[in-house]
Amino acid sequence: MTQNSNSQSRPSSRAWRRFRAHRAATASGVFLLIALVLVIMLAPFSASWYDVQGITEAIRHPPAAHSVVDYEAYRQDLQTRPVGRSFLSIGRSAYRATAWMGYDNLGRSLLYRCLFGWLVSLTIGLAAAAISVTIGVMWGSTAALAGGRTDALLMRVVDILYGLPYILLVILLKIALTHPLTRLCGDRVQAANVIILFIAIGAVSWLTMARVIRGQVLSLREQPFIEAARAAGVGPLGILRRHLLPNLIGPIVVYATLVIPQAILQESFLSFLGIGVQAPTPSLGRLAAEGIEAVNPFVGFWWLIAFPCGLLVLTLLALNFLGDGLRDAFDPKSSTAVLV
Amino acid sequence: MISRLTKRILIGALTLLCIYAITFAMVITTPGNPFQMSERNMPPEVIRALNARYHMDQPLRYFFEFLGGALRLDFGPSFQHKDWTVAQIIGQALPVSIVLGFLAILIAVLVGVPVGVLSAVRRNGWFDLSTLGFVLIGISLPTFVTGSVLLLMFAVWLNWAPIGGWGTLGHLPLPGLTLSLPFMAYIARLTRVGMLDVLGSDFIRTGLAKGLPARRVVWKHAFKVAFLPVLSYLGPAAAQAMTGSFVVEKVFSIPGLGQHFVDSALNLDRGLIMSTVLVFAAILIAFNLIVDVLYAAVDPRIREAA
Repeated sequence: MTQNSNSQSRPSSRAWRRFRAHRAATASGVFLLIALVLVIMLAPFSASWYDVQGITEAIRHPPAAHSVVDYEAYRQDLQTRPVGRSFLSIGRSAYRATAWMGYDNLGRSLLYRCLFGWLVSLTIGLAAAAISVTIGVMWGSTAALAGGRTDALLMRVVDILYGLPYILLVILLKIALTHPLTRLCGDRVQAANVIILFIAIGAVSWLTMARVIRGQVLSLREQPFIEAARAAGVGPLGILRRHLLPNLIGPIVVYATLVIPQAILQESFLSFLGIGVQAPTPSLGRLAAEGIEAVNPFVGFWWLIAFPCGLLVLTLLALNFLGDGLRDAFDPKSSTAVLV
Repeated sequence: MISRLTKRILIGALTLLCIYAITFAMVITTPGNPFQMSERNMPPEVIRALNARYHMDQPLRYFFEFLGGALRLDFGPSFQHKDWTVAQIIGQALPVSIVLGFLAILIAVLVGVPVGVLSAVRRNGWFDLSTLGFVLIGISLPTFVTGSVLLLMFAVWLNWAPIGGWGTLGHLPLPGLTLSLPFMAYIARLTRVGMLDVLGSDFIRTGLAKGLPARRVVWKHAFKVAFLPVLSYLGPAAAQAMTGSFVVEKVFSIPGLGQHFVDSALNLDRGLIMSTVLVFAAILIAFNLIVDVLYAAVDPRIREAA
């Protein structure tokens, strides 16, 4: 990459080029994209399949190439479900796949539970990222632009919230919100529960974002082009929208990417403690926790741990790689620091 | 320096007060109260007597009474654990959590820092790459997975350590190691990035050009600067390790404060919730303060600015 070609291209295409040079990050991005598409396509499907249960020979059955459940029973079961019927056409291959990751304690297909759990985990991560971007960017840029007392007050609030253990927030929010939300969601208690988790995890994940954005805006504010805009009579909102936000895209994307694995990890801790998503809704963390509970010294149901944990680790690894690659791409200083 | 320190302590106390107020508001407004948790409905006289004793029907009075008690380290009785005062529970559980957290941070620094320095010096070599892999796995694996796997391997199959519990030296290594892994990974990464930054600077080149031995340049000159970001991370990390160990405590059935914290929040044991939050927040604030002071002592640029 010569200086010449560098100066001719736009910053965004330069960032893109740097990102693609980071092979692990690109691979992670592709992996996550495929995962997302796969999960979104198969999730409604798997939701109708995984909870076929009560078949004794399937209980804790290890992974196999062919389903141990009777095909006719599965067809019958599918026909009783509104979503399942449309998948009867896929038929045999999907039926066979139920055994690929084995079966859990209740004889449910682990493959389909993992797929659905993956969706839940990714959704929690994405929701947390969305919340943290929204609140964090507004909070941080307001603090930096207003300066003085307002800045001190807003950042003090962030400090205070840092001091509050997030577990407490989650538990109390859950207790407080469960009643009104379940009334709002009707009998879909599961949906209400996941929404509470979104809110609770999102509510604690924007703090770092606010600090980072404030720092960035503080340094950008002193740049000549902002001064020029101000001299030309652009108002604070205009400056924020037209001049600051485009320059903030880099850090926003990077930290949003890093919020996702954190949120997924936090959800898994909550699930392990029994306050995450509630059974029978799976999440990768919940499935891992269930697998660990099922293991004892005498019989290792290895697949119950290996597959959920494997997926969890792969997802988190990919997200962390992606975040690293994006940081290198958007922040040339850090990438030169690595290449010195 | 002294005036700055007093200011920081005052701000810390104020932050603690705000945290108390927020926790109090959350606990009070959360539906359900400890007196309703029992199976049978209590007669109104009993409820009246309880309210007369604890003033929970008068939030403002309760707020100041609890605060006054907390200042004297008297946190009142626990509503869940019969015959225990909150102060007794904390007195028993807090040392366990502190020992565990301190051990974890110690392991994390002792392993993470040298690994970070070495991988910076051998940049892009096999050691560096395998460290990167280890770091990412350390950050990505939930502690309940690593903890359970370690427990299965060393306690159940190899029989080198007790399966869980607390009290003897043998109980320490497994939970300590489990808790330290994410911190270790992060410290290794911080050290590596810091070292790479410093190793590219002019004074290192000067040192090498003067003919100083490379080992001395790395460990004496570069390391001193590269350690600063690690030092500032150690404050929050130590607080986090001491207060955030509930998952590890559950895996290894350790009687620490984290388990009490989660249980108290689930049971709405008001006194215990507010006390544990206060203790956790105080630890966090204290460690940030200590690190700030240490930072100023180590970094001449900050010392002179203050």
